[in-house]
Amino acid sequence: MSKILLHGTEAICEGAIRNGCRAFFGYPITPQNEVPEYMSVKMPQVGGVFVQAESEVAAINMVYGAAGAGTRAMTSSSSPGVSLKQEGISYIACARIPCVIVNVMRAGPGLGGIQPAQGDYFQATKGGGHGDYHLIVLAPSSAQEACDFTYSAFDLSEKYRVPVMILADGMIGQIMEPVELPPMRDLAEIPEKDWATSGHYGKERRVLNSLIIKPEELEPHVNELNATYAEIYANERRAVEYKTEDAEIVLTAYGTPARIVKSAVNALRAEGIKAGCIRPITLYPFPDDVFAACAARDCTKAFLSVELSLGQMVEDVKLAVNGKKPVYFYGRTGGNVPDEEEIIRAAKESLAKANG
Amino acid sequence: MIKILLAGQGGQGVLSAGKFLAASGLHEGKEVSYLPAYGPEMRGGTANCSVIVSEEEIASPLCTTPDVLIALNSPSFHKFAPRVKSGGIILVNGSLSDADAGRSDVRVYKIDAGEIAIEAGNVRSANMVMTGALCALTGCVKEESILACIKTQFAEKPKVCEVNERAFRMGIAVVSEK
Repeated sequence: MSKILLHGTEAICEGAIRNGCRAFFGYPITPQNEVPEYMSVKMPQVGGVFVQAESEVAAINMVYGAAGAGTRAMTSSSSPGVSLKQEGISYIACARIPCVIVNVMRAGPGLGGIQPAQGDYFQATKGGGHGDYHLIVLAPSSAQEACDFTYSAFDLSEKYRVPVMILADGMIGQIMEPVELPPMRDLAEIPEKDWATSGHYGKERRVLNSLIIKPEELEPHVNELNATYAEIYANERRAVEYKTEDAEIVLTAYGTPARIVKSAVNALRAEGIKAGCIRPITLYPFPDDVFAACAARDCTKAFLSVELSLGQMVEDVKLAVNGKKPVYFYGRTGGNVPDEEEIIRAAKESLAKANG
Repeated sequence: MIKILLAGQGGQGVLSAGKFLAASGLHEGKEVSYLPAYGPEMRGGTANCSVIVSEEEIASPLCTTPDVLIALNSPSFHKFAPRVKSGGIILVNGSLSDADAGRSDVRVYKIDAGEIAIEAGNVRSANMVMTGALCALTGCVKEESILACIKTQFAEKPKVCEVNERAFRMGIAVVSEK
């Protein structure tokens, strides 16, 4: 099939629609307005529902309802808007309703700025709202991945009955790249949900609820959720390695910075410095196995996490490396994106510190 | 791999010229990326985008040090000229800017894109004049590919299509004469 030129935001929409998403609820915020714009045109064409909600809070609760009835549903926002959705996300996680939440991150905290950032890593991977829960978090670094990951997010979400977050940054949203679109999924093919509150019609009574008031009932429910997270951890950790086999310095980044890191790795190699990189695709579950394997190699002298934040993923890298090798950090914030040169410099400094 | 930075005033067609380049590269089966700078901008504000056309996979989509700068007005010319790679090319719209880059390690082409576009039929096609000059000078994408993309884009506006085609060809001609 031939490729077409799409914005990252449009690629997200196509990935969703092509895997059966038939309900979209959103509220405008830069830099993801192209998602609701695109959905407002496309949803009616495929017999789906598009609602511009009165707020982010309303949008996530519409997802709660639509997805609870068994429809594949999605919402999209950017950092401050995703903060507003957290109460709803926590409820959805507790009620075990599959759905997809897109966060095209901008710079924070607060209303912050509108340029790309990755300051929501903690929020996305450690729960985000109140209570003991996790989302599956996928981090695309190209328009193609924005499409593919959103497509697979719906299947993953239904498989485990855990909401999935697509964690992108402003650059992934705005970039235009060739995308090969997956074929349109036949809705009849999507497995029926034996828990969905899709109407009684002679079926058994079904209840989706996040209020479990008795401690002796809530504890087993939370333990069951935890068992699911353990299963997800065992099955779904994903990362892409690049030239790590003989690398002395292993860089790591996700999303847009991962691409600049890859260019930096090539430039470092051209200078004779053995560099490699790990690009986590799942941020939760974090691909700690890949990091542990690298840390165990004699050739690996140090790790360097490059982020559009003050240092968030670096904590998971440190847990995965478990003190075996030094882990350094280089980050930019406020909507600034580091260029290749900055990353090369940081990599050289890290290597010097590790060897020093 | 060629890294092109297109810059100008909002409304001058900087972003659409970038999209034409990316679409033409894709048309030829090449790897392409198009990254617009976005902001609280409006007509009359600044606009720029980075386009990469490559035979290989594109890692970083940034054009921090572009091979080519297309500057459609004076502020973007002076802002981005220092960033162009040594040995690179600058195409500047002579209708709205001087052409003194203050450096001798780049080739600067002053093209009166405004006047040429008016001659082609519409001042708004200045972006296509510059795109034509770019194609002729660098061969980053084939002239036929751009022409095919113009036809697709303006399929329902034959007049606009004609003006853009003419502007594009005049852009090719103006650098070919030199």
